[in-house]
Amino acid sequence: MAIDIKKNLKENKGLWIFLGVMLVVAILLGVFVAPWASSSPDGLEKVAEDKGFTKKAEEQKPTWNHSPMKDYSFPGVKGEKVSTGISGLVGVLITLAAATAVGLLALGLNRLHKRKAPTEGRTDAP
Amino acid sequence: MHIPDGFLDPKTWGTLYGVSGGTTAYALYKVRDRLEGKKIPLLGITAAFIFAAQMLNFPIAGGTSGHFLGAMLACVLLGPFEGFLVMATVLTVQCFFFADGGLTALGANIFNMGIVAGLLSYYLMVLVKAPLSRWIGEKKALLSSVAVFSWVSVVLASAACAIELAISGTVPFNVTFPAMVGVYSLIGIGEAIITTFALVVVLQSRPDLVDAYRGPALSPTATAGEVA
Repeated sequence: MAIDIKKNLKENKGLWIFLGVMLVVAILLGVFVAPWASSSPDGLEKVAEDKGFTKKAEEQKPTWNHSPMKDYSFPGVKGEKVSTGISGLVGVLITLAAATAVGLLALGLNRLHKRKAPTEGRTDAP
Repeated sequence: MHIPDGFLDPKTWGTLYGVSGGTTAYALYKVRDRLEGKKIPLLGITAAFIFAAQMLNFPIAGGTSGHFLGAMLACVLLGPFEGFLVMATVLTVQCFFFADGGLTALGANIFNMGIVAGLLSYYLMVLVKAPLSRWIGEKKALLSSVAVFSWVSVVLASAACAIELAISGTVPFNVTFPAMVGVYSLIGIGEAIITTFALVVVLQSRPDLVDAYRGPALSPTATAGEVA
């Protein structure tokens, strides 16, 4: 039993290190690489320009006009690169929180579902 | 490929809101007993990674840029419906916080990048991977089919986008379809390189975290029947 717990902890330690490295890489990309990304129009924008339907979007008032970081720039920050970098960091953290919340929501559905099932196997309780 | 407000007409974006909303509800139901402890942080961090990677536009020919999509990578790492939920989350955050993609078009964007590039392309990939696995081994089969179908995922999503623009009466099908598919065939090469590279890295360090990998090293008990 004790060995199992130790083994489990060791495995999970590896997992947390792996996840930590992945998060650090994501933050580094968002903060230090994103400001130097290409600012040319993307595929759809370019096709819209070439085929002359960009104005369809420009004529339209945005239905949601409260985005705090429009075009990936953080409000009130002067330097363009710094502004993009900060918005990258904030975006990574918001996305992390949002996706974790979605996961917890699904887990909550599962708990709700299982509550009706009888609890089993309590023999190993201390 | 994020569609802004104004490109789609109400019948098109309304229908796609319905399809994407229904798929989201089904996905939450579908994944609910697959999300044990370690899966949730992995879900969050994969989403964060895809958000950051989508900011990195790389230049392609003719004054155009493209960026990583990540739908195939998310589905391969986490499972198809978890991957779909990750894409839906990233697109929703981009829409509300960064004005990237219109709110009316959010359903369409989730359809193109979560259902077409995610679920549909993932299952097409599995159809090819399964027989290939018996022939050249699981790892090679997974990497080669993911390389091909991550390209396919981007091209299919751009085709779906062109069809939606045509149905909306924004621009005729025969004008946009070749243009969209042409541009995204190039961008898809970047998608294939990044997805395959990321998958190789995870397979090397933590193969147990790759949902689509059914290799012998992963779970000896599950494959014991096949070996015998």
